[in-house]
Amino acid sequence: MLLFVFHRLFTLFATLAVASVLVFAVLELLPGNAAEVVLGDTATPESLAALSAKLGLDKPVLTRYADWVSGLVQGRTADSISYSTPTAELIGERLQVTLPLAALAMLITTALALGLGVYAAARHNQLGDVGVMAASQVGIAIPNFWFAILLILLFAVQLQWVSAGGFPGWTEEEGGGLLDGLVALLLPALALAMVQAAILARVTRSAVLEALSEDYVRTARAKGLSQRQALWGHVLRNAMIPVITVMGLQFANLITGTIVVENVFVLPGIGRLVFQAISNRDLVLVRDVVMLLVAVVVMVNFIVDVLYAWIDPRLRSAGLQA
Amino acid sequence: MMLDTGSKAESDAGGRQPRGWQRALRHKSFVTGGLLSLVLVAVAALSLFWSPYPPADIDIPNKLAAPGAAHWLGTDSLGRDILSQLMVGAQNSIVVGVVAVGIGLSIGVFLGCLAAARGGWIDELVMRASDLTFAFPALLTAIMLTAIYGPGLLMSIVAIGIFNIPVFARITRGSARSVWARDFVLAARAGGKGPWRITRDHVLPNIATVLIVQATIQFAVAILAEAALSYLGLGTQPPQPSWGRMLNEAQTLMFQAPMLAVYPGLAIALSVLGLNLMGDGLRDLLDPRLARQR
Repeated sequence: MLLFVFHRLFTLFATLAVASVLVFAVLELLPGNAAEVVLGDTATPESLAALSAKLGLDKPVLTRYADWVSGLVQGRTADSISYSTPTAELIGERLQVTLPLAALAMLITTALALGLGVYAAARHNQLGDVGVMAASQVGIAIPNFWFAILLILLFAVQLQWVSAGGFPGWTEEEGGGLLDGLVALLLPALALAMVQAAILARVTRSAVLEALSEDYVRTARAKGLSQRQALWGHVLRNAMIPVITVMGLQFANLITGTIVVENVFVLPGIGRLVFQAISNRDLVLVRDVVMLLVAVVVMVNFIVDVLYAWIDPRLRSAGLQA
Repeated sequence: MMLDTGSKAESDAGGRQPRGWQRALRHKSFVTGGLLSLVLVAVAALSLFWSPYPPADIDIPNKLAAPGAAHWLGTDSLGRDILSQLMVGAQNSIVVGVVAVGIGLSIGVFLGCLAAARGGWIDELVMRASDLTFAFPALLTAIMLTAIYGPGLLMSIVAIGIFNIPVFARITRGSARSVWARDFVLAARAGGKGPWRITRDHVLPNIATVLIVQATIQFAVAILAEAALSYLGLGTQPPQPSWGRMLNEAQTLMFQAPMLAVYPGLAIALSVLGLNLMGDGLRDLLDPRLARQR
């Protein structure tokens, strides 16, 4: 297991290193240079020179790359062009909204998907199963931002139970509080969770059905266990392997979904930050946010790989041979 | 010497079976999905020649008109006809889907075939590159491209196309490797055929089914991604109508005209549902083994 983790860690760092080169290179391959892109066609030579110096464009490319990466590793990032604040500070503030949103969405996804998937498998080919499968097919087809808008239409416009967007903050000093913050994140999390849950419920159903047909389940039933006992005692643990894999793969969708849904609900998270950065042509902030999100996706995949190998030891040797 | 490509032998083995189109017409998912997809294509094709009004025509006196005989689905805040915008918006979705899937198919299939045919470090390199590309969801690629080149339809197509490449590369490589292990490929090699001729004559015909099914699914993914990018203002730009941007504009009018936020979303959802159902149906019809595994 330790060897497997080291092998995967090596792959993780190699992927992060190449991803950082890519992110840096894409923003280097600008038409003109970064200062021209930020300031536009109307910039004076003096302002161009000043911004070029601020961005370190007078230094060689390799030096700038090395400075950027070492800064990221040490948490010492460059100042955002539009906010004149270190990007790490800005990102840290916005993560206080994005991380709880992603966590809440994942929680709702897991609860909905496992519940519906197991329910459908237990009623294979009956009305409940057909209903869940049809609902999940529709769920997969609905864009999360449209579902978010429909939720606003229902709960904010028609019923007027909640506000149509915004975030009050986590503390009373900010005008909010823990409960108010959670309530503000509930609809966005539900919008994010719906599509993910639709996909995961189908995977859960398939995995449970496959596990239910295994010999060890037949043996357990022959020993006198009820279907419910066999399901909870034997089937679920084995069915979780593909479910966890798909959950990991879904995390990338969740991250990008968060960017869109934050914009629907006007939440001050990473998604809003990156769009403000694009509007302000703040390339430093765009670069650091994209790198952070890519790193999150890569790290989640690493965690899923390790978790997967921990649950199913056969994969450790297979993973090392791959 | 004639070589059996494998596909014919399999289709004959089942004995007398209903013709392909008869099986297709009995398959509920395929028929429903096919009809929905046909409507999408027909509406887009019709809008090339005719729409109730020019979609960009502004008519302020008629702004936010309710659905009626003059405007079947009403008008938006600038008096533009909603039905006309939806019809022309379908063109947009189809163009993005076709080109983005085309990019993914052409580059991804080439890389996947290369990896499967050559193996070794080339295989490893292609697969690791695919892993790396998976770390860049289409939206992140679009964000980077937009930050540099500005928003637009081209940027969203490129971003979605890049995202499709590793999807097709992986699926091609996996399917092609299993074909390379078959006896008829061994016979072809013994007959003196090189890797590229084997790929062209034996591998590609045998993996075409999987690729067609995946292309249908990626088409649906492309429609969803384009709508999200346009909603965020990174994709299609005015005056070209786009379902995603229609939703963005409708969101600001939710209290006055809530139905404006319903129609474009319904168009996206029905198109994606149709393509997904057709993909599922095609999988069942073209490769029953895959259907049983689901």
